[in-house]
Amino acid sequence: MVTTALFFVFAGLAIACAISMVYHRNPLYSAISLVGVFISLSCIYLTLAAPFIAAVQILIYAGAIMVLVVFVIMLLNLDDEPTANRLKYLWALGAGLGVLLLAQTFFIFYAVMRAPNVPSDQNLTAGKTMNIGQAMYTEYLLPVEIVGVLLLMAIIGSVILVRRLKQPKLELVVDNELELRHEEKPLI
Amino acid sequence: MESVIKTAFPFVVYGIGVLMAFPIVLMIVAYTVLAERKVLGWMQGRIGPNRVGPWGVLQPFADLLKFIFKEDLTPDKSTKFVYFLAPLVALTCALMPMVVYPFGPAITTVDWSFLPYGLGEGVTALPLTIARIDVGVLFILGITSVGVYGIALAGWSSNNKYSLMGGLRSSAQMISYELAMGASVIGAVMLAGTLDLNGIIFAQIHSPFRWFIIPQFIGFVVFLISAFAETNRVPFDLPEAETELVAGFHTEYSALKFALFFMAEYVNMFTVSVMCTVLFLGGWYVPGLGRLLEPGSIPYAIVSHAAFIGKICAFLFLFIWVRGTLPRFRFDQLMNFGWKFLLPVALANVILTIIVVYFLNS
Repeated sequence: MVTTALFFVFAGLAIACAISMVYHRNPLYSAISLVGVFISLSCIYLTLAAPFIAAVQILIYAGAIMVLVVFVIMLLNLDDEPTANRLKYLWALGAGLGVLLLAQTFFIFYAVMRAPNVPSDQNLTAGKTMNIGQAMYTEYLLPVEIVGVLLLMAIIGSVILVRRLKQPKLELVVDNELELRHEEKPLI
Repeated sequence: MESVIKTAFPFVVYGIGVLMAFPIVLMIVAYTVLAERKVLGWMQGRIGPNRVGPWGVLQPFADLLKFIFKEDLTPDKSTKFVYFLAPLVALTCALMPMVVYPFGPAITTVDWSFLPYGLGEGVTALPLTIARIDVGVLFILGITSVGVYGIALAGWSSNNKYSLMGGLRSSAQMISYELAMGASVIGAVMLAGTLDLNGIIFAQIHSPFRWFIIPQFIGFVVFLISAFAETNRVPFDLPEAETELVAGFHTEYSALKFALFFMAEYVNMFTVSVMCTVLFLGGWYVPGLGRLLEPGSIPYAIVSHAAFIGKICAFLFLFIWVRGTLPRFRFDQLMNFGWKFLLPVALANVILTIIVVYFLNS
């Protein structure tokens, strides 16, 4: 009973934060709302007896990725997004996709209702850290490795992009012939 | 009625746990501030605060009163909502890890059958942890990493360039050092085979070294250095470097809002001290105590709890000591040190531990 009540609290919070994320014109408010979504989702994972996924959700999404997003927004000092008129025709497409998503949700509901009742015993051990670790490094080792390589490629790609765009070395010769190189200056 | 009581009982127990742990943490935090001023005073050949109460012991309460009665200023062009939100986020995220602190060993010798409605049935142990979750280490790392928002948003919303610089510096610094911190923890977690804080303590009790600081010395040093950076303490206090940034991210904050940031910093110090104690110094475990007192009894729990608090206080003293000793890093030095030295060392430690654990197990 308590779990159900908590589910509705956090699900409501997640939906409210998601709506606020989409509707805010200020990118920073949107980012904060998205953090709210992640935290509510992680609370739902906790009520579903999956503490590992909950902790990882907060650690990776709320604690690392969104901090970077907020960091970038603050660095660029973005203003409020003006209302874009030229995108009006996308409303129809958006509505279509929304209906599709709703249909998918109802299908999931239907499928879950039809599914045979799993004994709660299995449910409780599925989210345990030990089981996740063992499954990831035995049964699903190949996908894990592939994802790791994919992430590594993304990192290397971004490093290469930054290198190519780097400014030419700035050299100033000051009066007392002290060379100040651009790289040595603290950036922030 | 009886079923309602039975449903509500665990929540009442959690509530009591929080009500007992909260004052302990807050009193230690309050007296850390006093100890810092005293110890720094002695190191600099001064006396330190000695006016309020005998030996200055009432100073924290006087400070609190001052914070409450000061005028609360809000900058005109600040982003009001975020400006209010930031100190709350900082303190909430600092206090939340409290629920998984292992304050002491479970008390198993008390008979709980005297409780009404059969509430004590089947209860054999009273754990001195509020909530024992499977992923305590990850929980603490995750929640403290959310605390960055408090500082970053405070810097952004104040509409002050010094604050913004402080906020940016701190988010960059905390993201960078979080990696090294997470990697340094892995070694101890691998030796213990669990992410549960109490489980890690038990693993240390049953290991031949008793404390993981011996097999995981590199991890311990890396963790300690990143802990200083994570809590924005000297020599990594770049976010609030007075000589460059006035007071960094909290330049525009006054009165109780500043007090919240101030408290958050000290509670974070407490949290990393708890982590360090649990991961590397055996938590509440005192070697040889099991021979003097019966494990599970109340005196054993009290002595163990005192040992836990004592270890934490030793770390808090170390924080103060370092503050009185070291100068501040420059920002590029800080980034180079974190990414090019600390992180590789932590990863090398992980690989070394993997190899050792593999050969020990095979």
